[in-house]
Amino acid sequence: MDFHTPSSFEDASKLAAEATGLTRFLAGGTDVLVQMRSGTVLPDNLIDLKHIPGAQDITRTPDGGWRIGIAVSGARLGDHAELVADWPGVVEGMELVGSTQVQGRATLVGNLCNGSPAADSVPGLVAAQASVEITGLTGVRTVPVEDIPAGPGKTTLQPGDVISGILLPPRGENGGDAYQRFTPRTEMDIAVAGCAISLRVDGDTITEARVAVGAVAPTVRLVPDAADALIGSTLDDAAIDALVVAVRAACNPIDDKRGTAEFRTDVAGVLAKRVAQIAYGRAKGEAQ
Amino acid sequence: MSKIHVTTVVNGDEVEFLADPRETLLDCLRDHLGLTGSKEGCGTGDCGACSVTVDGVLISSCLMLGVEAQGKKIETIEGMANGEELHPLQRKFIEHAALQCGFCTPGILVAAKALLEKNPDPTETEVRYWLAGNLCRCTGYDKIIRAVMDAASEMRGAA
Ligand SMILES: Cc1cc2nc3c(=O)[nH]c(=O)nc-3n(C[C@H](O)[C@H](O)[C@H](O)COP(=O)(O)OP(=O)(O)OC[C@H]3O[C@@H](n4cnc5c(N)ncnc54)[C@H](O)[C@@H]3O)c2cc1C
Ligand code: FES
Ligand code: FES
Repeated sequence: MDFHTPSSFEDASKLAAEATGLTRFLAGGTDVLVQMRSGTVLPDNLIDLKHIPGAQDITRTPDGGWRIGIAVSGARLGDHAELVADWPGVVEGMELVGSTQVQGRATLVGNLCNGSPAADSVPGLVAAQASVEITGLTGVRTVPVEDIPAGPGKTTLQPGDVISGILLPPRGENGGDAYQRFTPRTEMDIAVAGCAISLRVDGDTITEARVAVGAVAPTVRLVPDAADALIGSTLDDAAIDALVVAVRAACNPIDDKRGTAEFRTDVAGVLAKRVAQIAYGRAKGEAQ
Repeated sequence: MSKIHVTTVVNGDEVEFLADPRETLLDCLRDHLGLTGSKEGCGTGDCGACSVTVDGVLISSCLMLGVEAQGKKIETIEGMANGEELHPLQRKFIEHAALQCGFCTPGILVAAKALLEKNPDPTETEVRYWLAGNLCRCTGYDKIIRAVMDAASEMRGAA
């Protein structure tokens, strides 16, 4: 195995495109090293992105949003008070990933590109309308996060594509987001179902919403019908009922030892209700 | 395949080793540097027996490559006692009998030390969550938590 430490995303992209055999990028390595250890992925080339300038930075963008470097760990995300204040749901999704030790290394981009349907940080990013900047052979482009996962373990990234940053939009006034998952154990477990919601209120009325679910379909999914159930409402019982119905209708989960399809679908609805209440409280400035 | 020359600081001493790029930091600590205090319980990030800090951040050394240690500052269990003088956490683990086979102990001590540096006055719940990635097959955890709480209290008193 050859180990590369490029100093720009253009070089990383070129290296990946020209490399022969199996190639992986290395961010925190908490998926890659486990796969190497188990023998499921034995790369011929490993391209460590952590030395690229900006990879470790969290910066405000000129429009008031955020640019998160691809090597920023979950622990560093959680320590960034301003970012947490803007996007608590995005951060709490990432903070659910693994143990304290895993948090010291794991990144949002790795969580996204590993392509797990149960990736805990991805629903929050999708609900927040985050996008990724991709450096590829033909230049740099920006793509919504929900367009990256293509199926379990698969992404829509092309050979030579490397994600060079995560972009969060400006939070703006009266907005709130949240993420919750269900796991059989409290810690160190994989989501059986997860839901993230980001919304905005005008007084008591929800004016904007995005709802995303995880672990209940081959990819994390944006659920526009569930958002429509919230928009225009004051999160009254009828809106919550409609939200739950829409979320369950979007579920197409697997049956496995950690949860039957029926259970996952049911729990996704329960989580949607709880998450909507938390996001609504946050949007209205109530401490949560 | 060519080996890579790595220079790094471990427990305050500059060290160097030649690493196969597939070797983990844990492999390098144990096999190249003879620091066998960090244990391999799983090799996949699940047990915390290999816990070390890198530039002050708690990580599982089985989830980092040795070549990634270039230019970093690493602290392992071997650096915890000050010569013959045990760290308060180490003393409290003995006093509370917070270990049986001891396999998990180095990782738990390193992890607990990292917690107390960040938060000298943690609640029991905070200790339990922080250590959720450190598995112990022997003690049932209770004595470990009590030892950490007691050490924290002593260290606050001493400060
Ligand atoms: C003990 C343990 C517990 C875990 N618990 C959870 C959990 O609760 N929830 C959860 O969601 N996950 C969990 N994980 C999985 C893992 O920690 C996360 O998916 C993590 O976010 C991966 O990030 P990373 O930076 O370590 O990725 P890496 O392992 O570095 O990379 C993962 C993948 O992304 C690709 N990649 C990395 N960077 C880029 C880039 N810039 N452009 C393109 N592709 C890139 C790599 O090629 C690789 O295929 C756990 C893992 C362990 C070991
Ligand atoms: S050996 Fe590293 S976490 Fe188990
Ligand atoms: S004392 Fe035996 S594993 Fe913890």
